[in-house]
Amino acid sequence: MTATATSARQESHGLLSMIVELRAWIFLLLLVIFFEVWARSAYGQSFVINAYNLQAIGIFATAPLLLGLGQTFVIISAGIDLSVGFTMGLAAVVSAHAANMASGVLGLDLFTAMLFGLVAGIGVALIPGLVNGLLIAKLRVPPFIGTLGMYGVARGAAYLLAGGMTVPVSNAWYAWIGNGRVLGVPILVIITVIVVLLMHYLLSQTRFGQHTYAFGASRAAAVRSGINVSSLTIKLYVLSAVCAGLAGALYSGRFAAGAAQAGEPLLLDSIAAVVIGGASLFGGSGNIAGTVAGALVIATIQYGLVFINVEPFWQFVAVGVVIIISVLVDQSQRRLLGGRKDE
Amino acid sequence: MSSAPVLLSVNNVSKHFGGVEALRGVSMDLAAGEVVALAGDNGAGKSTLIKAISGVHRVDGGEILLSGRRVDFATPSEARASGIETIYQDLALADNLPVGANIFLGREPKRKAFGFLPVLDRKKMADAAKETMARLDFHVERFRAPVSTFSGGQRQAVAIGRAIYWNAQILIMDEPTAALGVPEQRKVVSLIKTLKDQGKGVIFISHNLADIFAVADRIVVLRRGVKAGERTPAETNGDEIVRLMVGG
Repeated sequence: MTATATSARQESHGLLSMIVELRAWIFLLLLVIFFEVWARSAYGQSFVINAYNLQAIGIFATAPLLLGLGQTFVIISAGIDLSVGFTMGLAAVVSAHAANMASGVLGLDLFTAMLFGLVAGIGVALIPGLVNGLLIAKLRVPPFIGTLGMYGVARGAAYLLAGGMTVPVSNAWYAWIGNGRVLGVPILVIITVIVVLLMHYLLSQTRFGQHTYAFGASRAAAVRSGINVSSLTIKLYVLSAVCAGLAGALYSGRFAAGAAQAGEPLLLDSIAAVVIGGASLFGGSGNIAGTVAGALVIATIQYGLVFINVEPFWQFVAVGVVIIISVLVDQSQRRLLGGRKDE
Repeated sequence: MSSAPVLLSVNNVSKHFGGVEALRGVSMDLAAGEVVALAGDNGAGKSTLIKAISGVHRVDGGEILLSGRRVDFATPSEARASGIETIYQDLALADNLPVGANIFLGREPKRKAFGFLPVLDRKKMADAAKETMARLDFHVERFRAPVSTFSGGQRQAVAIGRAIYWNAQILIMDEPTAALGVPEQRKVVSLIKTLKDQGKGVIFISHNLADIFAVADRIVVLRRGVKAGERTPAETNGDEIVRLMVGG
């Protein structure tokens, strides 16, 4: 092959891999264009240039995104965390109880009680996270099974603690965290953006992140490099649970009540966000920006379908189809771009 | 090679697993700048011997001397800290990471971004990768690409590069050419010669007599846990080595 032909092929490879890399963002753009065209032709108004719509999509995206952030780390490590939804529910119930108890029984002011609730919600999530991590790292339980067991345990614990009901929270500060706005931006969105930046730093710039990628690609490589893989594994599942705990604690603010089923539909959404974002379920690849795009895709589908008056149940169909397409793209790119080059 | 300092002495080493004697009174030496090939049929004890040297197994009898001092490694990390690196057949590379990240895996360098935020020093990793690969006379350009996109010989070079960057004096290679095509095998053989010229001691296990005769200074043949013979390539031939391996 001549030099120009080679470089032309490499260029087309480069372009192709860029499209594959950015597929979630490209898909998001296409979705937005679709709803924009629909909104203009059907309602004669813009879909995107509409503060209300943007705020709604932003809020829709926060919970799947928070769960998806921790899930991103776990999936890159070639694991999976099926317990995030009910860890979130457990955290929602516990934070609601804790905030009520702090103001009602301990007599603390509402602001401190709100903080107490947030900390309790995140703190209680440490338990399922730690148990998941220990099961997987020390007892070598496959992540799918270990976290599926925890799915049941956390679900039961959450319903028991809630007494089978939702736990109302009467705390103005807590409601402000869940529904307030600063300069028009929902506080939930602000908190989520901060967590996104933190997770991006953790994944892309620290040894912990680098070791997560290495571990996901080759356990043997990680072990022989002297990485403590069991401590890494425990940290990964604790991180995932803490993200779910934060999502649960914020849920109690948003709905002024903690509910065991708070995160029930979000397990699928969290995995979908990660996979749509370009991570491989085989481990070793993925990034935070992709997961952000994935969560925005899901939120746009969910809100957009309501916006154009389609039966809301279509959102499940749409998200499911998008997951399958993402996995197909991931597999075909392995075949297309997986070839080795010599120099 | 008698003038070069002896890096490693294995004296009368034995190892058994339950009732099975995997090694019985095996001795061998390795000098700086020397390449020793370890030959033998399946189950002859080659793997047990290199695992004893690299700290995976503890020996039951005999001793291992490193530069004249007796050593007893409890873990492979201890052996590595003493300059003994083992490159297994599967290479144990993180395929999704670039060359530099593989060299530094587990020991990543950091720098301060904006003067306060600790971040991975990717430039240092890429520079070290470039310099290390040049030392191996392996010139690759793509220091951002994951190592999965490299050829088998290049990946072997990355694994060796990881060892020599951390100042390994003794490299143990398990079947380094087994999974490779012929041109790639030649590259690995020349890689071993480069290591020899740089004064490293190399022990390699191989089934490939052509590779053994191409690069080894001495050939140690094991059979059923004992040393069946030790030859220099000049004083022997393939037939004799095979006879020593299978007995008779």
